[in-house]
Amino acid sequence: MSVWDDLIGQEPLAHTLREAVAAARDRLSGGSGRGMTSAWLVTGPPGSGRSNAARAFAAALQCRDGGCGQCHDCHTALLGTHPNVTLVATDRLSIGVDSVRELVRSAALMPANGRWQVVVVEDADRLTEDSADALLKSLEEPSPRTVWMLCAPTAEDVLVTVRSRCRLLVLRTPSPPAITRMLVDRDGVPEVVAAFAARASQGHIGRARRLAHDEATRNRRREILRIPTSLIELGACMVAAANLHEVAQEEGQGVAATLDAKEVGDLEAIYGASARDGRARGYPGALSTLKKDQSKRRTRVVRDTIDGALIDLLSFYRDVLALQTGARTALVNDEVRADIDSLARRGSADSTLRRMEAVLKCREAIAANAAPLLALESMMLDLRV
Amino acid sequence: MSAAADMLAAMPAPTPPPLGTVTLIAGPAEFLSERAVARVLSAVSAIDADADVTQIDAGALGPGAMAELTSPSLFATAQTLVVRELPDLPEGVHDELVAYAAEPAADVALVLVHPGGPKGKRLLDRLRQTGLGHVVTSEPPKPWELPGFVAAEVRHHRGTITEDAAEFLVAAVGTDLRALAAAAEQLVNDFSPERLTIEIVRRYYDGHAEVKSFDIADAAIDGQIAVALERLRWALGNGVPAVLITSAFASGLRSLARMQSAPRGLRDADLAREVGAPPFRLKSLRGQLRSWEGSGLTRGIQAVAQADLDVKGGAGDPDYALERMVLTVAWARGRR
Ligand SMILES: [Zn+2]
Repeated sequence: MSVWDDLIGQEPLAHTLREAVAAARDRLSGGSGRGMTSAWLVTGPPGSGRSNAARAFAAALQCRDGGCGQCHDCHTALLGTHPNVTLVATDRLSIGVDSVRELVRSAALMPANGRWQVVVVEDADRLTEDSADALLKSLEEPSPRTVWMLCAPTAEDVLVTVRSRCRLLVLRTPSPPAITRMLVDRDGVPEVVAAFAARASQGHIGRARRLAHDEATRNRRREILRIPTSLIELGACMVAAANLHEVAQEEGQGVAATLDAKEVGDLEAIYGASARDGRARGYPGALSTLKKDQSKRRTRVVRDTIDGALIDLLSFYRDVLALQTGARTALVNDEVRADIDSLARRGSADSTLRRMEAVLKCREAIAANAAPLLALESMMLDLRV
Repeated sequence: MSAAADMLAAMPAPTPPPLGTVTLIAGPAEFLSERAVARVLSAVSAIDADADVTQIDAGALGPGAMAELTSPSLFATAQTLVVRELPDLPEGVHDELVAYAAEPAADVALVLVHPGGPKGKRLLDRLRQTGLGHVVTSEPPKPWELPGFVAAEVRHHRGTITEDAAEFLVAAVGTDLRALAAAAEQLVNDFSPERLTIEIVRRYYDGHAEVKSFDIADAAIDGQIAVALERLRWALGNGVPAVLITSAFASGLRSLARMQSAPRGLRDADLAREVGAPPFRLKSLRGQLRSWEGSGLTRGIQAVAQADLDVKGGAGDPDYALERMVLTVAWARGRR
């Protein structure tokens, strides 16, 4: 089993990367290395596995067997702990120029293992203009052993100066059968559950995994799909919004409970014994930065959870529309076919479109930092039947 | 401290002895006018504790009333006559009043109160020409003079306050002079002889911005458009964050919407939980709900959601977004 097996439904892309790995090996053994590229931009919809593709490539470059998936190099590269693989993931809204300058410096270092220095930037769409400027020179005239892997939802999300200097890799939305096969073969999920999770995830592999493995996630989804037919009067709309908001809030608390204290502990460890009594220089500032980041992450988890629910709602109305227009496609939410059917009969395609617009508007509002509960209430009132 | 603010302060500049004079108090700041009236009353009673006091609205004065009211009374030697709402004085009594002002009775203190504005201006001019004993202009202080007003109030009660503390107090309490004066007195009583610092004032008035936001929301929900807009402008002018205002509206309408669909016959404690409001709010929520339909609440909530988005950067002018929200919510009341 190789590192490429992780790239679900991305055969063409895996092919390109395999060729690049072969060219890289050629260059290491003194050949021309034609076909090896040192700056890549990996794009694809959320959940399609941008970061996975970039890590697989990083592993294959470090592995002596071109990505066996078994050796120490492969393991550590996939995890992001390999000494010559730098993973840049951020919970912040932008990647600052200082951290990019630091990256550029470390990327130029000759790798200790004599192979490649790989930098994976997971949210290249969050590079500021200054950060992009700091990065440009390194992209244009890379050190001979440096490989940049930038990831973003679409190429348009990345500043054009950066984009134009990268080779583009586009991930497809993986098909339900490809996800089903992965869940069955790799995770040992029963066929029926895997097929359901693949369908319900709408091509989002992380979500498919959660749906397949976590009963709470399946239950939550079921609750969400019950919402549309429940919105009969004002009170029901308010209740639906409040419940969804509460679930998202709990999710945020959950992340806080598992991560926050550990991170504070790690920070204390860095500053040593004097951190706690406030004598360590720089510790209070570092702690307050960490707390700010943690609170931002909590907010983000809440918003992400709500967004996930809105995507489920959207798929519900898309199913309603499919029935109303007689389109012959499989329903994403087949398990609530009765509800979908009843809404389809009760309203027109026009009203369904209006509801979909309300959901989209709510997603945008949430992304634009709207008060989440209020935005949900406003949407639920629009969805009322 | 500006001279203007000092002039507004509680301690009067030395006033002429009130008996035998006419005091004209003109200006829209009712609190300051009333304070000036009180000052004359206390000055008179300092001279003669048994002095008679007559208070009357100018509209009630007929021909001959001036002579009657200012004639020496049988039992008291001195008396004070306070005439309010001077613009309402009937035309026919103008001459009488001006004549009296030119030659006031020795044992009478006449106080004339004019609420400001153009009405009755000719009468004012004529009175001024008689060479009045004392003229007080009760102009409300400009916003930037309010901290000075607060400081003067504090000084009057023999306390001291730092500049930033006075500013914070204004931001927390608002522009209402009566409230500011009361707050200043309260603070001095509670903390004197300590100098009033911003920490003290903040400890005392924390959360006030929230309270103000709820006042705006309540006014809009009650359909009092002018009051709501006035309070909104005050809040915006005093640095109350826009999100506090939208969230107060959201919370007010949310409680109404939940109350409307709450099961009947719940005990108050359960209802409060269902509605998500403190129990003491239930009574006023019930009152508000009588004027609200489900469709209006829907419109209101959606208007607030839009405003929330607008003030967070979607719209060019957040103040306008909030004003529109106030209007939309107020108009959504009571309509089907
Ligand atoms: Zn390997």
